[in-house]
Amino acid sequence: MTEAATNLAHPQAASAGLFSRIAAGSVFPVVSILAGLVIVWYVFAVILNGPFQRDLDRRAGETPGFVEFVGKTWSQPKPTLPAPHQVAANFFENTFLRKVTSNRSLVYHAWVTLSSTLLGFAFGTALGILIAVGIVHFTSLDRSLMPWIIASQTIPILAIAPMVVVVFAAIGITGVIPKALISTYLSFFPVAVGMVKGLRSPELMHLDLMHTYNASASQTFWKLRVPASVPFLFASMKVAVAASLVGAIVAELPTGAVAGIGAKLLSGSYYSQTIDIWAALVAGSVVAILLVTVVGIVGNIVERSMGGRPA
Amino acid sequence: MSGLKLSWQAGLALLFCVAAAIMLPLAGAAAPYSGGTTALIFVLVAGAALASALPVPNLISAAILFVGAHGAAWLLIAGITGNEGTARTSFFLLIIAGWLLAWRCVTVLSVLRPVDRLANTLLRLLIPVIFGAWILILWEAITRGAGIPFVLLPPPSAIGVRLANSLPILWADVNQTIFKSVVAGYILGCGAGFATAILADRVPFLRRGLLPIGNMVSALPIIGVAPILVMWFGFDWPSKAAVVVVMTFFPMLVNTVAGLAASGHMERDLMRTYASSYWQTLFKLRLPAAAPFIFNALKINSTLAMIGAIVAEFFGTPVVGMGFRISTEVGRMNIDMVWAEIAVAALAGSVFYGAIALVERAVTFWHPSVRGG
Repeated sequence: MTEAATNLAHPQAASAGLFSRIAAGSVFPVVSILAGLVIVWYVFAVILNGPFQRDLDRRAGETPGFVEFVGKTWSQPKPTLPAPHQVAANFFENTFLRKVTSNRSLVYHAWVTLSSTLLGFAFGTALGILIAVGIVHFTSLDRSLMPWIIASQTIPILAIAPMVVVVFAAIGITGVIPKALISTYLSFFPVAVGMVKGLRSPELMHLDLMHTYNASASQTFWKLRVPASVPFLFASMKVAVAASLVGAIVAELPTGAVAGIGAKLLSGSYYSQTIDIWAALVAGSVVAILLVTVVGIVGNIVERSMGGRPA
Repeated sequence: MSGLKLSWQAGLALLFCVAAAIMLPLAGAAAPYSGGTTALIFVLVAGAALASALPVPNLISAAILFVGAHGAAWLLIAGITGNEGTARTSFFLLIIAGWLLAWRCVTVLSVLRPVDRLANTLLRLLIPVIFGAWILILWEAITRGAGIPFVLLPPPSAIGVRLANSLPILWADVNQTIFKSVVAGYILGCGAGFATAILADRVPFLRRGLLPIGNMVSALPIIGVAPILVMWFGFDWPSKAAVVVVMTFFPMLVNTVAGLAASGHMERDLMRTYASSYWQTLFKLRLPAAAPFIFNALKINSTLAMIGAIVAEFFGTPVVGMGFRISTEVGRMNIDMVWAEIAVAALAGSVFYGAIALVERAVTFWHPSVRGG
């Protein structure tokens, strides 16, 4: 429908040549914008790393030509803005060439973060579903709890992260649980809100039909409300899993930088290892995309096996 | 039909009351409760539980439950203050009984459907307030009653005292973090996102390219750019504002682009028959139609902006700011100060969100969700 609307608004696009037909898809625009970003990145690497390089050259008494100068700004060991190929090389080296158990391996750090993300995500999803079921079934819970759930997200909950970690460490609980709790806090909200919407999504007609079948409340719940809420559940789980990764990364900041993507970011910022920071960022993004994709795929499989048709 | 209104909460509360009476005294050692106070607590709880079954109007039984539950909780907490850690099982049983009565009170109130609009609004506020108050009451009673060490979880009253005593420090932090970093970053980030969305709307090529990228970015842990930006822009507030700009840009972009596509075909055709220009259509039809989406982004961004600014301060900051205060006071084990800072952050976040919600109601008064249709 959007496509048709665009064609109506710009009639020339429909009849133009090959270029605009390629441009009408979304792959070509995405790729060209990404390519544009990479070029801008290289240009900024020259601009931002330039002053320091000029300083170095002046002290060494060198006067490099333009091409040589640009090449040097792209290969500093601790650049202000590392060039994309430096980040890519660092990422590749620390992901594929190191042993997985090595402290410098990004796979190892990503795994540490991933484990607390997944635990927190599981807790958060369970808690969110539980709250949603309670809210749908008890009016008093709906009216007393719902405003607080919304309010709980207007407060910057990540601010509590350092305290939760330190306090749990004080009573002897360290490791994955405190980090997972922060992920839980961030991920229960989207699931709770989505599931309340989902469990209430059956229309009055359907509920009336269940009524005419003399279905009990639990029968209505399991045979009508739960199946109706599945698409909502997976949509909100996608948001929740991304939030829970953010929670896990931030929770790693105050632990004194032991392991994990957050710790990698912090130690990188302590020692000005900019390339390491960028590589850790790339690793975090890869994990995020993988998680969201996996949740999406599982959602598709579940919906198809339940007889749902893609809308 | 006896007309009695029986409920499981009141029944259970009575049962706990009896159990508490068997397991007296309320607290050991110093015996802070006089015989009269103990008797009064029992009368309040048991009386409210029994009276709630009387066939009186709902409003009256709710009032009785309210007074019974909160009066008993007040007496119990007032007694245990200064005698931390001495509470016996009986104390906790009575607190739970009080909580059950408050639950019953909320249930009774939830059923009420006042005709008067003002009363309805008050009721909508009162129910969550009772719930929130009981979280604080249980927190206070458990930390004081069980004598939980202060450095683990201070009771809310101690946090309140700390908050009141360190207002100048808290104000300086709020000034640094919110009025400098958050506001500057929020305005710049939302403005840039909005402008880019308009540009993307003008150039379909950009829209088709930016929308998938924007959707993907929303899943990424953007907060990770904080150390990089702190390195670039220094320790003071501009670096925090930059983090906020990066965090708020994409939600605004994606939501505005979606909102600009929200106006109906018929309406757009009508604008065409009026021979209105692109900008006329934009300002008179499409932007108003996009307003709910834009406000949605503004609301999401209000939370993201607070998180961005506070977390960015963990990576380096001058010696003032909410994130700085939280991370240093945790290190010094001044947990009550941390909680005070969190309370301030929560208040600021809620006010920020509430202000945007109010503006939204005023601007999108025509929308079904605001009209209540």
